Order: sequence, then structure tokens, then C-alpha cells
Amino acid sequence: MFAERRIAAEPPPSGVPTESRILSGADALREAMALCMERDERVFVMGQGVTDPFRVFGTTRGLLETYGPGRVVETPLAENGMTGVAIGAAISGQRPVLIHMRADFALLTMEQLVNNAAKTAWLTQGKLQVPLVVRMFIGRGWGQGPAHTQSLESLFAMIPGLTVVMPATPADAKGQLIAAIESPNPVIFLEHRWLHFTRGLVPAGHYSTPLDGPKVVRPGCDLTIAATSHMVVEALRAADALATAGISAEVVDVAVLRPFNPEPILMSVRRTGRLMVADTGWNTLGMGAEIIAIVTEQAFGALTGPPVRVGLPDLPAPSSPALAGDYYPTALTLFDRAGALLGLPPSRLAVSRNRLAALIAEIPVDVPEAGITSPF
Amino acid sequence: MPMLTDIPSALGLYRAMLRIRLVEETIADRYAQQRMRCPVHLSIGQEAVAAGVSAALASSDQIFSTHRCHAHYLAKGGDLTAMIAEIHGKETGCCGGRGGSMNLVDPDAGVMMSSPTIGSSIPVAVGAALSMQQRGTGGVAVAYFGDGASEEGVLHESLNFAALRRLPVLFVLENNGYSIFTPLDQRQPAQRPLSDLGRAHGIPAETVDGNDAGAVRAAAGRAVGRARRGEGPTLLVCDTYRQSEHCEPAKVFDVGYRTAAEREEWAARCPLTRLRHQLIAEGILTKEAEAALLRSLRTEVEEAFADADAAPFPSPVNAMEHLHVR
Ligand SMILES: Cc1ncc(C[n+]2csc(CCOP(=O)(O)OP(=O)(O)O)c2C)c(N)n1
Ligand SMILES: [Mg+2]
Repeated sequence: MFAERRIAAEPPPSGVPTESRILSGADALREAMALCMERDERVFVMGQGVTDPFRVFGTTRGLLETYGPGRVVETPLAENGMTGVAIGAAISGQRPVLIHMRADFALLTMEQLVNNAAKTAWLTQGKLQVPLVVRMFIGRGWGQGPAHTQSLESLFAMIPGLTVVMPATPADAKGQLIAAIESPNPVIFLEHRWLHFTRGLVPAGHYSTPLDGPKVVRPGCDLTIAATSHMVVEALRAADALATAGISAEVVDVAVLRPFNPEPILMSVRRTGRLMVADTGWNTLGMGAEIIAIVTEQAFGALTGPPVRVGLPDLPAPSSPALAGDYYPTALTLFDRAGALLGLPPSRLAVSRNRLAALIAEIPVDVPEAGITSPF
Repeated sequence: MPMLTDIPSALGLYRAMLRIRLVEETIADRYAQQRMRCPVHLSIGQEAVAAGVSAALASSDQIFSTHRCHAHYLAKGGDLTAMIAEIHGKETGCCGGRGGSMNLVDPDAGVMMSSPTIGSSIPVAVGAALSMQQRGTGGVAVAYFGDGASEEGVLHESLNFAALRRLPVLFVLENNGYSIFTPLDQRQPAQRPLSDLGRAHGIPAETVDGNDAGAVRAAAGRAVGRARRGEGPTLLVCDTYRQSEHCEPAKVFDVGYRTAAEREEWAARCPLTRLRHQLIAEGILTKEAEAALLRSLRTEVEEAFADADAAPFPSPVNAMEHLHVR
């Protein structure tokens, strides 16, 4: 019904990236935004700070200059209202990307997201669609404390009708954001603040990473670690360390929390017999809990031991750096839990563990990279 | 401009503002040491609002603040040592290090809440006013918020209810012209003055020069009087300017969102300098008295920082405490 003609007549070839560069997650996301706006003039961006000098951690840099204030919409501080506005634009043929600098602010928008965005296509039997992307940022940083760091993915992931994506690498962040913007569904896109600083190989040009579910990012045969967002990075670190102790961990990036496709995780657990989940949110009623429930329902016989859950303790995030270290699990937590799950004596793991502990001690707790010395 | 002798305790106002300034300048000076590892939003340039409003309050009145809460907290009598310790993430902080600079509270002094979520504390102030009315305490609640917060739906819901029930609440809109880097004219229609937000709900609204402590004190006094007499809420719009950056205590961003000329213009209207000149001109503040005041305030601030440095960090063992009240 809405003008397909407005999509560029000859889109650049997709799926065959020509070159890769090392980019930060923030730059990868900016590329995704720019490519989508270039290819489809229905795409526009709105949010607080999208035109300010720092451009949402750099992820909207250049967009105002290229597309103007008509498509790069600075908004008042009115999260709930603006979410309704975005939904209205979406059902009327546009493709808004709404940004919140913290997922915590999106709490103000729950009514619109849950009652309108998630249900409109279903209610109207597809006559209306809500091709909306809401980018929101999670994760710790410089003592931001209890209301500026929350990993609220399970609040969104429990709502039928929403798509919930958590990118783990710069390359996926770009491909998944493009897929989200091109999706006909409302997508909650949760970016860990650490990801903006993470550097990695990112293919040039347009490509879209299908939002079809978890994927194995490191093969292994002794246990499965299913992780989300930044915990994928920690899981890979843990897997490296476990490998030096002769343990082969398979790491699965959950990536898409809803609609959830359990198959890759089930297949993995059927091979390894052991499951550990690691997510950035709270343990209780978190995504990890859901994954464990599904695996015990559907692959109970494959499990050789009880599944292990690693997430945040049931506590608000404290501001004090003295409390942050204990609050956030790291690769070392995963390493220790894996050792226990496999029933290995600590003596066998000691050398690898010490090496990992030394590595972790080098990584700052409350900043994504060592050079950061003030709020970021 | 009224004579300062007409203002109750003009010297007290000055002392309160100078104290806030010295505390915040010390934070800015030492922030680079990286021991204050939490976001810090300074009120340098906006002290007259907090000092003027608090001067009109009784100690039993209550205030509800925002991410930019230092000045409100200090002016209301919040404990300085507990504030500095909180910013250092220490156990002796006003939240035991759990909240950081954006969550300052001191219920004993009537500082009931500071919320890092924009607009979040406004209706809570209205609720406190409802409680005061129900209990007949004669108290007044103050909701401090910025020009940015005035865009949040919750303000409008709060104004409506406060007007409906004639609640003893003072809405203090601290208009510093910016939300982070975004100026007011990019967020609100230029033809609608902020005070109209109150009038739309039948709430008397007054716009004052927020850099004139005496004017703020006088307007707040009128509003508090109305509230205490059961005449309901007031919206006080205080036009002011934040001289520091939004959340960078020690830096000035040369990124074009504010011109040097604008900053200089407002620096020339600094509320502290202005009151000081006036006090000296009217013979209320002598050189000797000023030197003594500075000495005693500096000692107090030094002691608060020394206490914070010496205090222990909170133990993770107690981190679960008070999650559920027993
Ligand atoms: C609900 C919500 N949205 C956005 C933010 C991010 N934020 C923090 S401070 C700020 C500026 C608020 O401006 P204003 O209310 O004028 O207060 P000021 O900082 O100028 O004192 C914003 C947008 C937030 N904390 N909460
Ligand atoms: Mg402001």
C-alpha cells in the first residue's frame, strides 16, 4: 500500500560485502543508519541528542548534514509521547528509528510499546504494520548507578509482538540494525554501552544479518554457553581460557530474544550435554531463565548435569565502584562455573584460571577502555 | 531591585550560595583525580534558585530534586559530609554509595528524593503535598525541575492534580535554557512562555530572574505563603544559566552549542558576584566578614573531602540490605 517506489530503484548489491574495516560498534551502527536512510527515504531518526554535538555517541554523525532536520528529528523530553508519535508515523508508511540514550528512559514508553506497537499488526490482521525500531542503550559506565544502567531486555522480550535484538559485535550490530530497520515489525534494539567502544571487522556496504535466532560463534564440545550482548564477549574470553585447560566450550550468541528460536541452542546442548546461560540482565525471570526452561522441556534427556545460570544478582545496580566489581559477572565467573559444572578439580584449572584472573584484573570495571576518565 | 535590607537574611542567602559554589568548585578541581566515579551535574551559576527557594522554607518542608541536585540538597540543609562521601562511592555517603551524585537524599533535612530520571520526582512532590494536606501539617513540598523536564507528560499530569486538589506544592522550573546540548528553542515553541504551563491549569505562575537571589526569595515567599494558607500550588519559573557543562565538572566543550559570547554574558550576570557587590555596596558585607566566611566555609569543605577520603567503601556483603523492608 505504501509507495515502494520511494525505495532507491537500484539498491547496491546486498549480501556480498566487498571489504572489511576495523570499526567501533558506534561507527558500525552509524553506517547502518546512514545506509538505510540513503536507500529508503521513509527511514527517519528521532530522539534526544540526535542532532547534538556528540550525536548519540557518534551513531547519528553526519545524518543531519545529509538528510536535514526533516528526517533527523530532535525531540523534546517526552519519551512516552514520542513513542506514540513514532508508532503513528510507522503505521502511516514511514520507518522511524527512535533512540533512547538509556533503556531506563524507555520505561516511560511501555504503554505505547506494549499496547500499540506490539499489538497493532495482530489486531488489524496485518492491515496495519508498525515498522519501528527503538534503539536503547544498556550497561554500566562510570558509576551511573541504579537508574541509568539497567538491562531491561526481559521486560520487552516477554511481550508477544515485539522483536527484541541484542547485538554482540560491531559487524552484527550493523547487519542486525539494517535488518531491524528493514523489518515490518517493531524491533527493540538493545545496545550495550561497551559495544559502542568495541572494535572489530565490519564489512563495508549494505548487508543485513537475519534476525532468525541464536548462532554459534565458537564451536566446542564440552559445554554450551548461551550468552547475550556483552556477555558474549565475556563468554568468548572464558572459552579461550577454558581451552588452555583442555576444555572445549561452545559459545552461542542468543542475539534475538524474541521471537525466540531455540533450535541452535537445543542442537548445541544435544551435542555438549551441558548448558550455561550468561546474560546482561537479572537472573530471576531473565532470558537465561527462559532458555534453561526451554532446554529442560525439550532436551532434558541430553543434559548430563543441571544447567547453570549467570546473570546479575537480584539487586539494583550500585553506583559505587567498590560494589560494581561484585555485581557484574565476568569471564572469570563463567570460567569458575564451567569448571564446577564439569566437575573438574580446581588444581587442574589453576594455571588457566590465574592467567585469566590476571587478564580480567587489567580490564577496568566501570569504563569500556582504560583511557576514559570522566562520564562518557 | 529591592534593597537587600528588605530581604530577610540577605547575608544568609549569600552564605548559602557561596557554600554551594565552593563545594562544587572543589568537586570540579578534584574530579580529574578519578576518585569521584559517578556522573556529576554542577549548578554553578544557578545557586540563587536553590538558595532563594530554601530561604523561604521551614526546615520541616520537603524538597524533591533532579540529577542536578547538589545545590537543592545543600541549600535545604542536606549533610555536606554525607554528600561528598556519596559522590566518592563511600559507605558513609547519604545512600551508602548506592546512588552517587544524582540520588542525593537527606530525609532529616527534608531532602526526600533526587531522581536521575527527568520529571520523575515531580509527581512524588505532589504526593508529599497531598500527604501534608491530608495530615494537616501545614507543610509545603517543592518540586524542582529543569526546562527539559517541563516537556515530560508527567509534569502536566502533576500540575492538573495539584491544581484540582489545591495542594501545598511549589513547582520550581529552573530554566537554564538547555537540555544537555539542546537549546530550549529546538524543543518548545518560542511563542509560548514557560509560565503558561501553569496558567493552563489555573495555577498562578510567576517568572523571576533566577540569578537574583533576592527576587527568587521574595517570589518563593509569596508562593509558600499561598500554599500554607491553603490557596494551592504555584509555578515559579526561574530563568538562569548553567556556567559549567552539563555533566563534565572540569571541562568546557568548545563544540559550538553555546557561544563564548553567551557564556560571557551570563558570567557577567553571575548570581554570586551580583549579590556580593550588592552586599558590599549596602555595607552588609565587610571585607573582614567576607574573609572570615570564606575561611570557615573552606575549612568545612576541606573536612568533608577529607572525611570522604578516609571513609571505607561499602561492603558487597551488605549490598542486599533494605531491598525489602522487614
Ligand atoms: C526520562 C529521561 N530522559 C532523558 C534523560 C537524559 N537526560 C539527563 S539530564 C537531561 C537534561 C535535562 O534537562 P533539564 O530538565 O533542563 O535539566 P538541566 O540538566 O538543564 O538541569 C537529559 C535529557 C533522563 N535522565 N531521563
Ligand atoms: Mg535545562
